[in-house]
Amino acid sequence: MTGKSTLAALCLLAGTTHAAAPAAMHARNLAANCTPCHSPDAPAPNAIPRIASLPADRILQRLQAFRSGNAPATVMHQIVRGYSDEQLALIATHLAASPDPAFDQR
Amino acid sequence: MNRRRFLRSLGLAATTPASAILAACSSAPRRGAAHVVVVGGGYGGATTAKYLRMWSAGRIDVTLVEREARFVSCPMSNLVLAGLRTLDDLTASYDRLRTRWGVRVINDEVAHIDVARRKLRLARNDGIGFDRVVLAPGVDFLTEQVAGLAGNFERIPHAWKAGPQTELLRRRIEAMPEGGVFALHVPKSPYRCPPGPYERACLVAHYLRARKPRAKLLLLDANSEIQSKRALFAAAFAGPYKDIIEYRPDSTLLSVDAQTLSAELEFDRVRADVLNVIPPMRAGRLVDSLDVPLTNGRWADVDWRTMEVRDRPGVHLIGDAVLAAPGMPKSGHIANQQAKLAAAAIVELFDGRSPDPVPTLLNTCYSFVDDRNAIHVATVHRYDAAEGTVLPVAGAGGLSSTASEEEGHYAAAWARNIRADMLA
Ligand code: HEC
Repeated sequence: MTGKSTLAALCLLAGTTHAAAPAAMHARNLAANCTPCHSPDAPAPNAIPRIASLPADRILQRLQAFRSGNAPATVMHQIVRGYSDEQLALIATHLAASPDPAFDQR
Repeated sequence: MNRRRFLRSLGLAATTPASAILAACSSAPRRGAAHVVVVGGGYGGATTAKYLRMWSAGRIDVTLVEREARFVSCPMSNLVLAGLRTLDDLTASYDRLRTRWGVRVINDEVAHIDVARRKLRLARNDGIGFDRVVLAPGVDFLTEQVAGLAGNFERIPHAWKAGPQTELLRRRIEAMPEGGVFALHVPKSPYRCPPGPYERACLVAHYLRARKPRAKLLLLDANSEIQSKRALFAAAFAGPYKDIIEYRPDSTLLSVDAQTLSAELEFDRVRADVLNVIPPMRAGRLVDSLDVPLTNGRWADVDWRTMEVRDRPGVHLIGDAVLAAPGMPKSGHIANQQAKLAAAAIVELFDGRSPDPVPTLLNTCYSFVDDRNAIHVATVHRYDAAEGTVLPVAGAGGLSSTASEEEGHYAAAWARNIRADMLA
């Protein structure tokens, strides 16, 4: 294989392995609602807490605490009310599974 | 061939991060690969370019055409007017889009879009073809609607596009005489950044209070009330700035005189030492090449499942130029969200699948009321198939209870983080 055709094949591969199933694609899109503030590329240290790479159940637990008013918040309690429990679970799972959206974990 | 050998044959180490491979996947459009051209490298366009590369995992070639060599942020530019930031702080390079994400960035201006032939004509470079195009042209000013304003942005700065205008207005404010008058005109809604004029009033007043304590700020609003975070801004005008800011609603501007710096309003006439007119605005004139009807002659309507311009399949429009859905502001944050909506839809469409049936967008706009304290407004918006548009989610979102230093820290972090989300 020449370098060029190998590269083309690799680019193709990079795509096919990540063609998202509809549910996963929807979860990814929902999680992209959060990254303007919680970007995994955000510089450290950062006033806004980093959430990518936290375990899913911990993220979900925090989100539920914002919803019930048990966690102090300036904005998160208002944001979580825009999502159902199922949607928050989708988001938490996606964020936990993809610490780096550049899919570097491949 | 295993991954290691496979990569070595490309001159890449097995530890090469996927993003570096992504960068190698592009640079010049490859024959046969889908090619998307993004026009405009602001909050919307730059985010689209990055997320198209990320979510297609490099299978879609992306060219970004941007007029300026570097990105300059409008959000936070009111802080420059108060001497609390420099324009440099708001400026960033497009290099990471090139090197990390493999976006081809062309520093040029689009002269014409040929929708039927799927080609763009550029001012300086060869034309380029596309499979799909994403337009993020921002706004253009309707200068002619204010008599005497055309050609006078040196004397009467707008500073509503960050850059030299921001620094010009800063110099004017610094040079203002003791006891002078700063007059700021707000156009009728909709305009870019609904809370922006009121944040500007607060920050300029903050500067005046410390440096020119006898100076006054006249806030001349063509609307009948404060357009965003009303109670919070009203509290600032009536509290810390009560001796400086005078808020005058229903102040439609008819004409200006650049010589005397006076403004003729519908029911009034004022003279200022610094006159700052935010002109009425419309979708960037680039949309005129699409030959579609504009609502009120200003904004283009889109299909909210894909951000495609109505009746122009394959042509997507995002950002301030879009006819906003109910309750949706023209903000950099919303442009970021529309960019991801468009990028997600484009990837699905190229793969022959249907786009996300219920796209969801989240908006937050922070505003500073002085050097430390900030406030926010947040909303969540979701596609409603029955209505065929995006609607605010009832019960979600809201305002700060009060201005706080804590939110001042979050506002500053927001600016850095959303920039990383788009350019890092
Ligand atoms: C406008 C910026 C902004 C957006 C958008 C945003 N967040 Fe937050 N997030 C914050 C701030 C600020 C905090 C700190 C709590 C507070 O003041 O509300 C926070 C805290 C959190 C925490 C708690 C982290 C910890 O370790 O304590 C989680 C989890 C979280 N956000 C998840 C999300 C998710 C999921 C979304 C998208 C649906 C999201 N955030 C969107 C600003 C944002």
